[in-house]
Amino acid sequence: MNPETPPDGDLGELGESLFLEFFYLLRRNGLPVTTREWLTCVEALDRGLVAADLKRFYAIARATLVKNERYYDLFDQCFTHYFLGAEAPRALVKAVDEWLSDPLPMPSLSPEELAAMERLDLEELKRRFEETLREQDERHDGGSKWVGTGGRSPFGHGGVHPSGMRVGGEGRSRSAVQVAAERRFRDYRSDLVLDTRQIGVALRKLRQLGRNEVRTELDLDLTIEATAKNCGDLDLVMRPPRDNELKLLLLMDVGGSMDPFALLVSRLFSAAHAASHFREFHALYFHNCVYDNLYKSARLTDGMGTLELMRWLSPETRLVVVGDAHMAPYELMARNGAIDYFQNNDEPGFVWLDRLKRHFTHSVWLNPLTRRMWGHPTIALVGQIFPMFELTLDGLEAAVRALSSPNPRAQV
Amino acid sequence: MIANFTGTERYIASQDLAEAVNVALALERPLLIKGEPGTGKTLLARAVAEQLQRPLLTWHVKSTSRAVDGLYVYDAVQRLQDSRFGDRDIHDIRQYIRFGALGRAFLADSPCVTLIDEIDKADLEFPNDLLHELDAMSFTVIETGDVHTAKLRPLVIITSNNEKELPDAFLRRCIFHFIAFPEPSLMARIVRVHHPLVRQTLLDEALARFYWLRTLPELRKKPSTSELIDWLGALLRGGLDEETLAARIPYLGTLLKKEQDVEAVTRRGRGWSRH
Repeated sequence: MNPETPPDGDLGELGESLFLEFFYLLRRNGLPVTTREWLTCVEALDRGLVAADLKRFYAIARATLVKNERYYDLFDQCFTHYFLGAEAPRALVKAVDEWLSDPLPMPSLSPEELAAMERLDLEELKRRFEETLREQDERHDGGSKWVGTGGRSPFGHGGVHPSGMRVGGEGRSRSAVQVAAERRFRDYRSDLVLDTRQIGVALRKLRQLGRNEVRTELDLDLTIEATAKNCGDLDLVMRPPRDNELKLLLLMDVGGSMDPFALLVSRLFSAAHAASHFREFHALYFHNCVYDNLYKSARLTDGMGTLELMRWLSPETRLVVVGDAHMAPYELMARNGAIDYFQNNDEPGFVWLDRLKRHFTHSVWLNPLTRRMWGHPTIALVGQIFPMFELTLDGLEAAVRALSSPNPRAQV
Repeated sequence: MIANFTGTERYIASQDLAEAVNVALALERPLLIKGEPGTGKTLLARAVAEQLQRPLLTWHVKSTSRAVDGLYVYDAVQRLQDSRFGDRDIHDIRQYIRFGALGRAFLADSPCVTLIDEIDKADLEFPNDLLHELDAMSFTVIETGDVHTAKLRPLVIITSNNEKELPDAFLRRCIFHFIAFPEPSLMARIVRVHHPLVRQTLLDEALARFYWLRTLPELRKKPSTSELIDWLGALLRGGLDEETLAARIPYLGTLLKKEQDVEAVTRRGRGWSRH
């Protein structure tokens, strides 16, 4: 505590009652804050580090309570919610966000025009915002009533209104709540899309699996140290080999309904390919469902028999299937149901998937479609065979945990 | 008295980052810094040490680093050597104890800044092995039984490139800051520090190109701040002007380090128009 600059106002007591609610708000929204971290934050408040400045409180609370940039966005939302009172319903904001994603330049207003606009208080503003939004049914730019960009209505962004309410986009002069409301860290959320690097980090956790505990390698450094401590008499130190024994088989659905996810799947492939720590890594392609053959190229040429593959790869190879599992029921359930005429499968895809699942001790299915869509009949069926995860950072991490489980048969 | 970090002439810190440093200083907790490569995580420690006028002790973590290495190393080999051929008194084990960056910071008579650089390179268990030492700021030399406790708790700055997840127990003890990628206005200030003489028009054009590159979804590795600075250096040395930049992206190799990325941008370049 610095005696020369006592905190303005009575933040000490405030810290105990008001901010405790904030702590529980964070926890309720799934931010993993522990009591210890909360106490660290309170300690920072106690030392007068914050004074009565909300902007500083924002920075200090985030530095002490949030330990992963994934949660920055969630923190921003909670902060906005708590310190602004409440924000507009999420579904409305999302719709407006889309109209606003490409704003018009700001109109210049005369001081008279500015003065003419009534100054509204926040409650009134929010009420009118929702009202206006209810009346409006399409994108709108300019003008002075509807929500949109570059206008003189109190709602929207990049606009001019003395007490306007900004909806996303770039701010001009910014308070802490406004900064938080900008949601600058949305891209770091773990339930959104993945980049190659994040996939690589997630896959790295598959490393330890292969570690063999038998000490068969000479540890040169420790041997020298031990020998020196042993007055020069040779003292050999052995260690278990650090090579990763893990083998990974990646099967990817290409074409058709998977086209929108091609970039995402190619990132997964390149990350797995670049992860040099696997003992073996194989990647093969299929279209919609696995049948007699799998393909070495994404154009479905250079095929190899699925049975042959299973003979060739030992059961402890980890199987990762990437696909939307979204197909016509006969593709999964019928003989000769394959979408590609040349396949002529004698057994339904369902049997092939089940065969793969039974061969490998550990297998997962990664689905780029969000969980909400998994009610579709074929997705639900495939989900009964393979443990299914979303192809997001959270989903991938859960999948990696399933693949690392020591008791694989009990994983479902 | 609480010294404050605000950023230096050569290191421009955002307000949030400066606050995080000051909280770590006041609470004497380790400060964990994460961020994209090239956002100046390592440079931060140097800037803090410079502004607070404290000595900087750096520990570059490697994949084979052990937690104890940062505290001390017992040089048994030297002692054996001396016992056979030297004339030193080998009964005094203390002379064979060499302190690491963290150990020296604990022993120092003035407060230090200690940088533990790229902690995620080491084994997964590495951060957990340091929990006690960072909490209590003390350690025991097993060979001699000496206990060393920090007289003045150093500011420990830890950087991570996010190669591995860090253990929760470790995270709970740290103050955390994620250096977000700089917005264009901040970026312009950062670039000015390194290239004070660059023309505004050239800088604007270069930044427009740079941020456009970063929006391309097909890039495997986005160009970072340090690559932008190198690129501008190359542009200035090559005497290139705004017009050249409007037509193509010269020295693309300084910005993009992967062959597929260069190809992807070149493909796009054929249909290039600004924005």
